[in-house]
Amino acid sequence: MTMAASQETLVDEGYNFAYLDEQTKRMIRRALLKAIAIPGYQVPFASREMPMPYGWGTGGVQVTAAILSPDDRLKVIDQGSDDTTNAVSIRKFFQKTADVATTERTEDATIIQTRHRIPETPLSEDQILVYQVPIPEPLRFLEPRETETRQMHAMSDYGVMHVKLYEDIARHGRIVTSYDYPVLVNGRYVTAPSPTPKFDNPKMDSCPALQLFGAGREKRIYAIPPHTTVKSLDFEDHPFEVQRWDQACALCGAEHAFLDEVLVNDQGERMFVCSDSDFCAQRRAAQNGDTSELEARDDR
Amino acid sequence: MTAENQALLRVRDLGKSYGGIIGCAEVTFDLWPGEVLAVVGESGSGKTTLLRLLHGQLTPDRGDVCFRDRSGDMVDVHKMSEPARRLLTRTDWAFVHQNPRDGLRMAVSAGGNVGERLMAIGARHYGQIRENALDWLARTEIDAARIDDLPATFSGGMQQRLQIARNLVTQPRLAFMDEPTGGLDVSVQARLLDLLRGLVQELGLAAVIVTHDLAVARMISHRMVVMQRGRVVESGLTDQVLDDPQHAYSQLLVSSVLRP
Repeated sequence: MTMAASQETLVDEGYNFAYLDEQTKRMIRRALLKAIAIPGYQVPFASREMPMPYGWGTGGVQVTAAILSPDDRLKVIDQGSDDTTNAVSIRKFFQKTADVATTERTEDATIIQTRHRIPETPLSEDQILVYQVPIPEPLRFLEPRETETRQMHAMSDYGVMHVKLYEDIARHGRIVTSYDYPVLVNGRYVTAPSPTPKFDNPKMDSCPALQLFGAGREKRIYAIPPHTTVKSLDFEDHPFEVQRWDQACALCGAEHAFLDEVLVNDQGERMFVCSDSDFCAQRRAAQNGDTSELEARDDR
Repeated sequence: MTAENQALLRVRDLGKSYGGIIGCAEVTFDLWPGEVLAVVGESGSGKTTLLRLLHGQLTPDRGDVCFRDRSGDMVDVHKMSEPARRLLTRTDWAFVHQNPRDGLRMAVSAGGNVGERLMAIGARHYGQIRENALDWLARTEIDAARIDDLPATFSGGMQQRLQIARNLVTQPRLAFMDEPTGGLDVSVQARLLDLLRGLVQELGLAAVIVTHDLAVARMISHRMVVMQRGRVVESGLTDQVLDDPQHAYSQLLVSSVLRP
């Protein structure tokens, strides 16, 4: 998280290191420090226009730009995958504007920017996970007024959050909220984990890596510091549960990973595969006793 | 401790003006546990302003409102911290709006509406919350089969009863009601009043009811105050004020009632 050491390494002249100017990065770092000091609290920040549309991760990109140093190794995932449009374009963006090393291997990355997933490989203390957040306010759909939601946060007035879960059980017999499942951070702030599946919620609890959340359009930053308790809200008689699949990944055979359903032909045949592409590829390589393919994929 | 002999709500010299216009002024009264006080007067006489001052939604320019909490201490409603006041408004107090849409969450089922206060004060057992909700729907004469229906599918009278159930689920000791029978037709009004009177007696609930309908005041309240242009012009036992009004304005009010 050091300042950009030098700007001579720029590939593309005319841009400052990591696109944003230094004053903007300082502003974002100040917001980040405050967010880390108050786990789960949404800190307003002066979000900038980025050269990509809102909803494509402008918040996450600004956070990554603010913490990026030339020595970092960046991994970008979208829905768990390294090779979908959003991931590829953001990775290219930072290669172009910061000339930073990139990787697809979770354990090699120092910064992982993510949309919708937390990698299956456990994270370490040297890593930072940056989330792209569309709607940072967990109470938004229950209380449309921003003035009121701020009051509710200030006074830990969170009863209405359970009304939402109550409605789920009353209508469907169980809590059907499956993504953006509200969590209580450090026993104080109810926080939106961004639209990650609730499968990933347990990974947020006491995670050794620093977790930063950036919402560009809504102009909010929040954070979960390392080793912070993150509790998913639930009822005593309807405890929190994660999704389960009745089959393993069709490619690597993983049984406890988050699986995507993929249609494979026009006859409606489908298969379930890991959504974390790096996790799946590493498992397959290990099964084949062959790592050359993975090494070839690195440092592209 | 003889809490029964002590006022539940003490209002002294309460005043609020909107610029040069007086909202209400020099209002002083005590409310005892289990007592129902009706505030009557024509439109614009300051009834709703008074109610909102008592409830802490508005800040008075002068005077104070004190409430006796469960430990027996008198607390100043306008000097307590915001979290404490919020807790009070959802445990010991009830507020029934004239329009049930203001007091209900229209996108949440009847059961969720009744359970909200319980969840807000920490109930985390779905089965118990639901049981409580069913109990209160029964008490307010709403069919248990409607527990998962949205309030939008309820009739006006049912919505109002649901609002009352939602408010009383935490066993409050004081209810504020703003024209609770306002938008209802007379037969539904009568049923609702019957229900309210029963609940007030059963729970020992004290209430401040704002109404312009003297028949409602007669039926449900023990004492009443008559307001005109923001001031209390007459107060006393309900029957006494209605049968023998002293102030010219009270006399006008009583004589204006149409009798079929």
